[in-house]
Amino acid sequence: MSIDPEIAPQPKRLVWQEATVVAITIATPRVKIFRLRPVAWQGFTAGQHVDLRLTAPDGYQAERSYSIGSAPDRSGEIDLVIDLIDDGEVSPFFHAVVEIGDTIEMRGPIGGHFIWRAEDGGPLLLVAGGSGLVPLMSMLRYRSDAAPDIPAALVLSARREGEMIWREELLSRDRDEAGFHLFATVTRDVPATPGIHHGRVNAGLIASALARLPAPPKTIFICGATPFVDAAADLALAAGIPFERIRTERYGG
Amino acid sequence: MATTRGFSGKRPADGVGERLPPGQYLTEDFPILSAGPVPRVALENWRFTVKDGVRPVASWNWEAFNLLPKTKLTRDIHCVTKWSKFNTAWSGVMIDDILAEAGIEAPSDFVLAHSYDGYSTNVPTEDLIVGKAMIATAYEGNPIIPEHGGPARLLVPHLYFWKSAKWVNGLQFTRRDEAGFWELRGYHMRGDPWREQRFSGD
Ligand SMILES: Cc1cc2nc3c(=O)[nH]c(=O)nc-3n(C[C@H](O)[C@H](O)[C@H](O)COP(=O)(O)OP(=O)(O)OC[C@H]3O[C@@H](n4cnc5c(N)ncnc54)[C@H](O)[C@@H]3O)c2cc1C
Repeated sequence: MSIDPEIAPQPKRLVWQEATVVAITIATPRVKIFRLRPVAWQGFTAGQHVDLRLTAPDGYQAERSYSIGSAPDRSGEIDLVIDLIDDGEVSPFFHAVVEIGDTIEMRGPIGGHFIWRAEDGGPLLLVAGGSGLVPLMSMLRYRSDAAPDIPAALVLSARREGEMIWREELLSRDRDEAGFHLFATVTRDVPATPGIHHGRVNAGLIASALARLPAPPKTIFICGATPFVDAAADLALAAGIPFERIRTERYGG
Repeated sequence: MATTRGFSGKRPADGVGERLPPGQYLTEDFPILSAGPVPRVALENWRFTVKDGVRPVASWNWEAFNLLPKTKLTRDIHCVTKWSKFNTAWSGVMIDDILAEAGIEAPSDFVLAHSYDGYSTNVPTEDLIVGKAMIATAYEGNPIIPEHGGPARLLVPHLYFWKSAKWVNGLQFTRRDEAGFWELRGYHMRGDPWREQRFSGD
């Protein structure tokens, strides 16, 4: 099995810097989007993440990783999308305490494997569980600006329709973008929107997504909690996608 | 160091904090980091090879490898994605014993560990020898499940856990410190969690 030789577009040295929270959006009952403006930002590649570091008055620190959900652009700002884990340390702090104008220490962008650039080509098959959608959304938004001719399909699993992050945007992209197709499924609700499936991601849903692509995917990106990623990667292998085309990112949990 | 407004944090219990390297938190689960799907390696096809540069110097199939002397190691492990897990219990063949069985001393200062999934990671030889590392074949008394790197994984518990290559199939001694898959993509060449050597430049 061979690995393609592309090298990380990650800075030689990652330094901690301050980022200001410039906007907060409630995306779903459990997800908030934090728009951050780092002091110095050289841009990033779709799929990358940043590390955040929180410091208590006595010097105690906690660090966590968060993917960037916005597309690479010239705004100098990035969107982080934080899913609330009830018994967690960092995500409840973001949900309950962080306000516009706060500064948060961060460094990045980080990641040289779970990334996609237009020159990497397609077709693309993206498979997301829950907040695993975040880095894939960055790829989709970037694709529609930079390379709308590259075909892409997104297989998305959420608990409920109301918990689907960027639901409206995804449905309208599916409607408006000729090269993009959405295959969404919800596991705990009977979906109200026509076209949204019910149940877990299965071989049938992967097969439908593959059938909508004009050629076998060049790369498949899978992101979510570990059990979801393992199950989806096994489905992709079973559908005949070669091992080395499958890239995964796991959020733990 | 700037404090974060309103953050007090969840403190680890007594006796835990000192065992956690900077930026890490304790988990009871066993999360997983890997770049692709889980490869399934059948034991009858499994082989482990030691190379000096391009030259193979010793090789074992599963049966022969399991006749080598086994050692148990119980250690704390630290993943670069921030979780740490305490007292993980492994058994396998120490790198010292592998070299002794191969009838060699470490021929160079650097090693690339290779895996069945095509990935690799580099480790300085001195982090592998003198009782520091093993090729693990069991976790908590059972065969290692594929998700955690079975049939066999490298175990270098004092470095970040990506250095403990899953699905390992060989160790290659190299003259220079050659970057492996993760290290080419921005991860640190050594990866000492106590110095928080996560990324190149740390
Ligand atoms: C590369 C990378 C990118 C990431 N990107 C994102 C992102 O874009 N958005 C996002 O919300 N998170 C993301 N995560 C996860 C994030 O880093 C934290 O792990 C998560 O926010 C939980 O942190 P916490 O401090 O709230 O919970 P912790 O105090 O760390 O954990 C509390 C409990 O929740 C469990 N737990 C941790 N994470 C999860 C989970 N995802 N699902 C279910 N249970 C869990 C833990 O095992 C523990 O038992 C990413 C992780 C990685 C490694």
